Amino acid sequence: MFDSGWGLSLIVFLPLVGAGVVLAIPKAQEETQKMTALLFAGAAFVLSVLAVFAFDFGGAAELQLGTDRSWIAAINANYHIGVDGISLPMLVLSTFVTVLAIVYSWDHWPDPHNPKAFLALILILATGMNGTFVALDLILFFVFFEVVLLPMYFMIGIWGDRAEVVVPVLKLKTEMRLYASIKFFLFTLFGSAFMLLGFLALYFNAPERTFDIVQLSEYGQAGAFATAAGGWIFAGLFLGFAVKVPMFPFHTWLPDAHTAAPTVGSVLLAAILLKLGTYGFIRISLPILPDQAQDWAPIIAILAVIGIIYASLACLAQTDMKRLIAFSSVGHMGFVMLGIATLTDIGINAAVIGMVAHGLITGLLFFLAGSMSHRYHTREMARLGGNQKLMPIMGGLLGFTAMASLGLPGLAGFWGEFMALLASFNPLDGLPLGVFRTAMVVGAIGTVLTAGYLLWMLQKVNFGEPKEEWAGKEFHDVDAYEMAAWAPLVVAIIAMGVFPKIVFGATNDAVVNLVQQAFGG
Amino acid sequence: MSALFDYHALAPELILAFTVMAVLAVDLMPVPKYYAAVTGLVGLFASIIPLLTLALCSELSFCSDNGARLLFGDSYVVDTFSLVLKGLFLVSAFISLLLAVGYVESDRYYQGEYYFLLLASVFGAVVMASSRDLISIFVGLELVSGPAFLLAGWRKGDARSNEAALKFFIVGVLSAAILLFGMSLIYGVTGELTFSGIRAATVGGELPAVFTLGVLFVLMGFAFKVSAVPFHFWTPDTYEGAPTPVTAYLSVGSKAAGFVGLLVICYSAFANMRDIWGPALWIIAVASMTLGNLIAVRQTNVIRLLGYSSIAQGGFMLAPFAVASMVEGVELEGALFATVTYLLFYAFMNLGAFGVVMAGMSKVKSAELSSWSGMAQYAPGLSMLVVIFFFALAGVPPLAGWFAKLVMFQAIISGAPNVWAVLLGVIAAVNAVVAFFYYAKVVKTVWMDSVPVEIPAAELGGSGLNPALALALGITAIATIVTGLFPGVLSFFGEATRTFASGF
Repeated sequence: MFDSGWGLSLIVFLPLVGAGVVLAIPKAQEETQKMTALLFAGAAFVLSVLAVFAFDFGGAAELQLGTDRSWIAAINANYHIGVDGISLPMLVLSTFVTVLAIVYSWDHWPDPHNPKAFLALILILATGMNGTFVALDLILFFVFFEVVLLPMYFMIGIWGDRAEVVVPVLKLKTEMRLYASIKFFLFTLFGSAFMLLGFLALYFNAPERTFDIVQLSEYGQAGAFATAAGGWIFAGLFLGFAVKVPMFPFHTWLPDAHTAAPTVGSVLLAAILLKLGTYGFIRISLPILPDQAQDWAPIIAILAVIGIIYASLACLAQTDMKRLIAFSSVGHMGFVMLGIATLTDIGINAAVIGMVAHGLITGLLFFLAGSMSHRYHTREMARLGGNQKLMPIMGGLLGFTAMASLGLPGLAGFWGEFMALLASFNPLDGLPLGVFRTAMVVGAIGTVLTAGYLLWMLQKVNFGEPKEEWAGKEFHDVDAYEMAAWAPLVVAIIAMGVFPKIVFGATNDAVVNLVQQAFGG
Repeated sequence: MSALFDYHALAPELILAFTVMAVLAVDLMPVPKYYAAVTGLVGLFASIIPLLTLALCSELSFCSDNGARLLFGDSYVVDTFSLVLKGLFLVSAFISLLLAVGYVESDRYYQGEYYFLLLASVFGAVVMASSRDLISIFVGLELVSGPAFLLAGWRKGDARSNEAALKFFIVGVLSAAILLFGMSLIYGVTGELTFSGIRAATVGGELPAVFTLGVLFVLMGFAFKVSAVPFHFWTPDTYEGAPTPVTAYLSVGSKAAGFVGLLVICYSAFANMRDIWGPALWIIAVASMTLGNLIAVRQTNVIRLLGYSSIAQGGFMLAPFAVASMVEGVELEGALFATVTYLLFYAFMNLGAFGVVMAGMSKVKSAELSSWSGMAQYAPGLSMLVVIFFFALAGVPPLAGWFAKLVMFQAIISGAPNVWAVLLGVIAAVNAVVAFFYYAKVVKTVWMDSVPVEIPAAELGGSGLNPALALALGITAIATIVTGLFPGVLSFFGEATRTFASGF
């Protein structure tokens, strides 16, 4: 099944086939469309679980289950795929969240109702996400990396928030969804255009011209790119990935996109799309350009902690619950980037588990925020309040997820934050210790602020008495579809919290190997 | 090769010339008018066949010679480069004709003459692809332009169409004069007409300054044809005023002819002058992509938007020329490959985009963007095609355009670490983002805005597509998607032309 890359290819392309099938089903047959979408996404998930079993954890540092075939001969680009211990958890996360997104959608269609198109977009998105995590060729990576833009653009633009906003600078009045969707696309495209230039420069600077990530890593670790050009290449890649993560100061698209997106869009955006950026750093920037990575590490660390503090303060200033969660993403991704910047095995392990944890936790937070605003028809925290009394299960889940998000030990969020800070106490030899230790202290203050704004949110939303305006209104608590979508996330968050080896077991060898090969540490 | 006349090598041209006449003859016969179009389509199809036999010559038993065929004293060459571009012209003419059928039938237009002129123009383009001397390339170019002037004014009663034709004609004649002047200077200095002769005459030795002037004039002449900034002023007005299928042809067929002329002259005749035309085209490329894109952002009419977009796309195609003076060998071939490949991909995407515009106009009777609002609600299929073609033009994977942009960037970056190459790369990257904005504006209008109040949705969307238009849209849409996923299908042809840059 997983011989010569068939399994991974199916994981990547089954959703795309599913999108085609869904589009072919007549518009009226919504049940069939939903079942089909679930079937294809589910098949991809089952296959990714089978891939976990087929994966040889003893050799987690090696790329496995893949294939390498000719794709575009003219430019020497190959269909080279494979997974190692770092990409495997990401792949499973991606297929997992896709299934949950479809389950949640079952009964929660944003306006304008059009399940057929919406499901097709989710499936196309899944192909892009899964593909990015298995691609081992720069051009293939680039294509998958960009494929996710289209469906997300439509998701935000068509099903997004219709509130009126005034576009900054231009002073144009438009709808939130229109502004957010184009902003999201333009920011990402801007970054990835420079990323592509970087990829091409790598191609021309390699001793033997190739787009193969594995081969380029070998050249890079032999010092082939330790030239002036290498610095520019790193800058290009940095721009591409940093916009996607997003790192301060490129983050401004994210709060708008998250706030405007329909619930499922926000979930997929937070849970998977942001990780494409951090994954790019780990898969491409660090191994291929180790020297430049060391030059840039302090800058990345500083930007990461600025992001953490800035996002926390921004969260404290929000009145909109969804926007608060969006900003919290910037902060959490700051911890991931801090971990990566240390260039140590602890730091990068922290980054990977941080990515998975953030995907689960923030995904769940967005689900909750979406369901609550669906019931209250508002996301203004000042108008919520007393949610715990109106909807006890929903409130309980929100409390649980907020605790996970602030890094409570025993839940998934803890490991990423804790280990990132630990790693920045003792970064790779040769990196400026002062910068990283300061970053650690600032980051630690960040965790306090994170706890602060999440508790503040809980207090405003969950606690106290329900507001006057909800008096006499019936609120039905969590329904079956919501439960079906959320319960697996809750289980995963707890499981990862008490037994982080679920992730580390896969990542550790690969990370240690990466650090050893690239940085000799 | 037969001693006197290589009929096989000339078969595509001969069949096409015969078709041009046959179309006129059919038009005179007492048969439905669309028979003329069918004749044209069959003829185009038939002339593609000898292209294939020529390309596969070494595999075929009856075909004796393989490799480039030189005819008429090296003035006319049939090699893989010319075969590929002839294929491009014939296929895009095929689609242009399909686009036109429904349009010219819909009103009181002269039909037979329309097809006749279109095919005559294509014939000129096909001749250009093989022309290897100053005179035949000039004649070929004029044969492309002459019928196009007439076609632009096809809607006699419409003042805008008249304006389009007149503007196009005056600018076209001006550019022809500049081109001829440049050619005469070059002939005066070198005493050669054939490109191989000019190339040989310019090896090493010192050339008078007037030769440089000649090169620049020739570039300017072609720059008008490919509507590069600052020689683009005719483009938006002509595109808007001309009948839409003619605009489609102008933006693909006629533009590609200009590019072929530029490619042939630059890479063969002026192969030793790369440090003259490289920097000149750097400036023109940057100006075209930047200005074209910035003005396109402000457009509210879809056709004008596509007009400016085609100026910007022209800039992208010119960009690889600009690095030709910085690179040698494989990279030089790469620059040629990039431009040719871009042309091949662009042809399908842009013809498709115009096809969509025609289909959209048949629904809402307007090319103003505002009247296209909410089209997805009453014409979802068509709106899907809008997404496919406009995002393909923007270069969003997995639609075809991304590969064209990729090879363009690849060619540019091959000039690095030269500062000018890097700068060009950065400018092109920023431009790609700006371009996305206006392509996305069309998609946004169609998918995300609501149907205008004054036109109730119920009144729209009734009429089905003309079958010929539907066929054209089908072909281009499938090509756009398939070549996006498997760019090798088309880039293979670009690859075949590589050696033109060095194979002398």
